Amino acid sequence: MRHIISILMENEPGALSRVVGLFSQRNFNIESLNVAPTDDATLSRLTVTTVGDDRVIEQITKHLNKLIDVVKLVDLTEGNHVERELMLVKVKALGAQRDEVKRTVDIFRAQIVDVTPSVYTVQITGDAAKLDAFLQAMSPIGVLEVARTGVSGISRGDKVLSL
Amino acid sequence: MELLSGADMIARFLKDEGVEYIYGYPGGAALHIYDALFRQDAVKHILVRHEQAATHAADGYARASGKPGTVLVTSGPGATNTVTGIATAYMDSIPMVVLCGQVASHLIGEDAFQETDIVGVTRPIVKHSFIVKHPTEIPTVLKKAYYLAASGRPGPVVVDIPKDMTAPTERYEYVYPKKVKLRSYNPVTRGHTGQIKKAVELMLKARRPVFYTGGGVVTGDASEALTDLVQRLGYPITTTLMGIGAYPQRDRQSLGWLGMHGSYEANMAMHHADLIVAIGARFDDRVTNNTSKFCPTAKIVHVDIDPSSISKTVRADVPIVGPAGSVISEMISLVQGREPANPEALTEWWERIDGWRDERRGKLYEPAAPGEPLKPQQVIEAICEATRGEAFVTTDVGQHQMFAAQYYKFDKPNRFITSGGLGTMGFGFPAAMGIKQNYPDDDVVCITGEGSFQMMMQELSTCKQYGIGVKIVNLNNQSLGMVRQWQDLNYKSRHAHSYMESLPDFQKLIEAYGFTAIRVEREEDLLPALERAFADKDELVFLDVYVDPREHVYPMQVPLGSMRDMLLSKTERT
Repeated sequence: MRHIISILMENEPGALSRVVGLFSQRNFNIESLNVAPTDDATLSRLTVTTVGDDRVIEQITKHLNKLIDVVKLVDLTEGNHVERELMLVKVKALGAQRDEVKRTVDIFRAQIVDVTPSVYTVQITGDAAKLDAFLQAMSPIGVLEVARTGVSGISRGDKVLSL
Repeated sequence: MELLSGADMIARFLKDEGVEYIYGYPGGAALHIYDALFRQDAVKHILVRHEQAATHAADGYARASGKPGTVLVTSGPGATNTVTGIATAYMDSIPMVVLCGQVASHLIGEDAFQETDIVGVTRPIVKHSFIVKHPTEIPTVLKKAYYLAASGRPGPVVVDIPKDMTAPTERYEYVYPKKVKLRSYNPVTRGHTGQIKKAVELMLKARRPVFYTGGGVVTGDASEALTDLVQRLGYPITTTLMGIGAYPQRDRQSLGWLGMHGSYEANMAMHHADLIVAIGARFDDRVTNNTSKFCPTAKIVHVDIDPSSISKTVRADVPIVGPAGSVISEMISLVQGREPANPEALTEWWERIDGWRDERRGKLYEPAAPGEPLKPQQVIEAICEATRGEAFVTTDVGQHQMFAAQYYKFDKPNRFITSGGLGTMGFGFPAAMGIKQNYPDDDVVCITGEGSFQMMMQELSTCKQYGIGVKIVNLNNQSLGMVRQWQDLNYKSRHAHSYMESLPDFQKLIEAYGFTAIRVEREEDLLPALERAFADKDELVFLDVYVDPREHVYPMQVPLGSMRDMLLSKTERT
């Protein structure tokens, strides 16, 4: 099963490589990864999506917790959560395609953020499945380039991941 | 207020931290630190002949004394030479701090002379690592390093120190930090009481219980408590290779150690048990054999200080995260005044176990016929007798290691010192040096083979410099015995590169360093040679004992089988 694990870690050099290294060292999967500072300058938040059965996920969270730089973590998929990913896509937009692209962008509630005579750059947010669906819809027209941020997430309700 | 350079802070910190010995080797990036060590006499530095030996010596010191070992090396090759030793300590959870010189900060990343990203290289084999960014950080970073190395599940910590951090011209205020706090690191101090109660209920109800304990009991200084608990209940106990001595092996309740080359009765008891109480052990593949066939009828209680060890390879029914010592003490207080619920079942269980013991009694190995070469097993038994079972025994890796574990009987913890997890050839001799310095009045024997010994034999020079009187027993079978054994069993005796041609004349080699060496080929020469070797505690003596190269280590678990599937000799199988 797919899991989204969010980690608060020390904003120290080398902390990221310890987390990433752990995954390769112990043969765990990384499907996507994003990391950025938080409102607390001493902490970074790292979100990783990974796939594994319960035993593997248990090992992943235990080993992550063992890293000295990891302060706190939560497996968001254990409860209700909001999951978002942002994607920028360049698609071919020539002649009749321009309207077709625009229509699809509207259906997906995406935005065109840059325009040239032959290319539209589209920005779209949503869960990973929505982004995949958009790419599929665009593929007959011609996807030129894709930049995805990887999944970020937060739990619903009063539960917070903080110190 | 005291102003010190970074280098002097390191020397001063080590003194304030109570470090007695540093094992190391100087070089460019570490020279400021070496100069600071030269100008003090509280901390003794032992100059090894190869940095790997420094880590093994510090490791041996740590295992015997329970205190963290300290290593000091320079950047680049000095640092990379420590990698095997760090990995050895990591796999066996040994507290160690490795101080590495590094090129000056402004050169980092430029492929400077003797530059290596040692923090990157060692990342998967350390508990944690630090790079010093400013000289004022040195006291806190070092305090954190020692605290992390020794607390919780111990392990090696690397501290990378760029040369400009130790420059003698820059001085800063030094205060010894008595305590450090890390917000993300809070090792557990006791187990969950509810879980412990649950475990104790299972223990009292068990019909065929076995204690299975490991290195965690030894490092957790919990041997006495364990012995108390096991004797109160009267249950059988087997230990891992790392846990040898945590319970007296000569006691009737001890089944010896378990696993690939463990005792027949220990493996049989594990397989047939209905309850396994695992404490400070990690269900390693050399113990469990095929996990899908592991102990099919047993419920499993697993106590470990490291939550990631629990249910890693074998699912625990009652997981308890906590240090061995406090969990065992809590178990004792819950057991107090209560009796096991099924005394008849336990009597029957002991009858079966004694039956397994009797099956193998007197059949463990075939003694040498007159005129035949000595058997390695009898050599170990003779060493055990000559040292009354009280020596510190270190080993290298291979057949001699298994024979030492099988035939030397240990009644105390921290006495059998071996590279269990990583299986590092070359470990034994430098580890013995580290132990001997801390226990000068004890016998310290390195049981080795001619393959392993040649990996670290340059340390004879270190022993000469510091007068370190370890005893070395070389079980010389003129081949890489364990490799050869596998080739006999799995490769139709095609001995691909497992022979040792062109062996040196060990006697001359040892004598070249000014030590005594005795060559032993016949049974009648063995005892006099051992007597001579152990006559003087301060003298290094090397026994080159020629043993039968055809001998195999048995029992040996059959690959992919359960715990009870074993080869018992070249012709017998369970």
